[in-house]
Amino acid sequence: MTEAVETEVLERRAAITGIGQSDVGRRLHRSPLALTVDACLAAIKDAGLTRADIDGVATYPGNMDTPPGFSGAGVTEVQDALRLELNWYTGGLELPAQLGSVVDACLAVACGLARHVLCFRTVWEATAQGDKGRASVMSGMGGGSYRAGGFMQWTLPFGAPSAANWIACYAQRHFHEYGTTRRQLAQIALNARKNAARNPKAIYRQPMTLEEYLAVRMISSPLCLYDCDVPADGSTAVIVSRADSTSGLRRSPIAVEAVGTAIHGRPSWDQWDDLTTMALRDAAAMMWSRTDLRPSDVDVAQLYDGFSFITMAWLEALGFCGKGQSGPFVEDGSRIALDGQVPLNTNGGQLSAGRLHGYGLLHEACLQLWGEGGDRQVAGPEVAVAASGGGPLAGCLLLTHRR
Amino acid sequence: MADKPFRVLPRVTPENEHFWRGGRQGELRFLRCRACACYIHPPAPLCPRCLSRDVAPEAVSGRARLATYTVNHQPWYPGLDPPYVIAIVEIEEQPDVRLMTNIVNCEVDRVEIGMRVSVTFEEHEDVWIPLFEPAS
Repeated sequence: MTEAVETEVLERRAAITGIGQSDVGRRLHRSPLALTVDACLAAIKDAGLTRADIDGVATYPGNMDTPPGFSGAGVTEVQDALRLELNWYTGGLELPAQLGSVVDACLAVACGLARHVLCFRTVWEATAQGDKGRASVMSGMGGGSYRAGGFMQWTLPFGAPSAANWIACYAQRHFHEYGTTRRQLAQIALNARKNAARNPKAIYRQPMTLEEYLAVRMISSPLCLYDCDVPADGSTAVIVSRADSTSGLRRSPIAVEAVGTAIHGRPSWDQWDDLTTMALRDAAAMMWSRTDLRPSDVDVAQLYDGFSFITMAWLEALGFCGKGQSGPFVEDGSRIALDGQVPLNTNGGQLSAGRLHGYGLLHEACLQLWGEGGDRQVAGPEVAVAASGGGPLAGCLLLTHRR
Repeated sequence: MADKPFRVLPRVTPENEHFWRGGRQGELRFLRCRACACYIHPPAPLCPRCLSRDVAPEAVSGRARLATYTVNHQPWYPGLDPPYVIAIVEIEEQPDVRLMTNIVNCEVDRVEIGMRVSVTFEEHEDVWIPLFEPAS
């Protein structure tokens, strides 16, 4: 497994110096590039930079055609729209999940390829899907002649086109091995909704009860509708800067303490060795191997919640509780509440605030560390973890902001 | 599930043909390493265990154990009516070879982790989709 590193942890040469976000909502009917430049310009301004200072761009997943609304804008569109002069750039899907693009940016500034990297993620799934099916479904609805290749050939013929189905298989195995229950899983969704009520930009803010959760329709057992995140339109941007290039900027920089990018098991939803964990097991272990900080040092956790069970798996992988113990850990909701041991997904996460695909969680981690969480601000956090991805995709960052 | 539900079909290639057309002879086939006997799935041009390139398709018993499952309730496709069971099964010969599949000929609420199942094929055009049913 992951061994402690002896070498310098180079990601510590990177810092986050600005964040920005476009409007977020359902069916905004704005072009993804329009959303993207809103977020990017906001982040550049937030850092106290101008676009002339930006010499790197990183995004996930870059330009790709399908599924609808999944890919917002690519590097080239943003570079051209803002007439950026780049020394380094990257955009792609085969990364340690969404935040893998931010990790790339950290490495680029650490080895001097760029000084200030603009990182962004744009989704417009709510608009793109219209009133048809869920946009994140890899359904290949290309007509009668469509045939599935690659990984999808192992899922689509069996009527399993959605990550909801695949994650449900993991959740069911976890329920079987550890006695986890829907009432426990519900706490992830209920906690998110409670926090979303304090976030003016969240999509779903009205209160949700356990009874409502248990009564809503099932999608793929044991996952019900409220275990699935909310397709949204929105763009989020962060600026990653060289830590030695932050003097004179508007904000005090957020330090990158460590990143986790490992995947040691087979890179597959169905061939993964332990069907109660996912690649996040390895990413989390790697992250902790690169720092002296421990899980008990974390003041606020923003853990990917594309589906509620993924968040449970992250809680275990990151060591906030023992393996298999996420059910009892979240059971009454108190440990993950804003005033709890591990305040979790403080903006309402993707389940209630909207599916901004990993970057929304990173944005919230920064906001909390800068003490700008408004009605949902956690008391004086100095260490935050932002984690993205599920299944065979996982990447996480440990961030610090000392007062 | 109806007798022949709608299914998205796989694109058959020289690499995966043994798998998707083995059902014509009633056989569930995987690539197997002739040097170390390891089954290889999804298909790859070499053995992941010993790196031998001497790999060829071979039939397995078709018996498997259900590792996990979900009951899908979402109508993803017209012509494929929920609820239906999506499962991950481990083949008897080598449990780290898994398949995502459907459990058929079984009441949805009778499906459980650990149950023994065996393969049955559903023919569509030029492919035979391997589904699993409770082992007799």
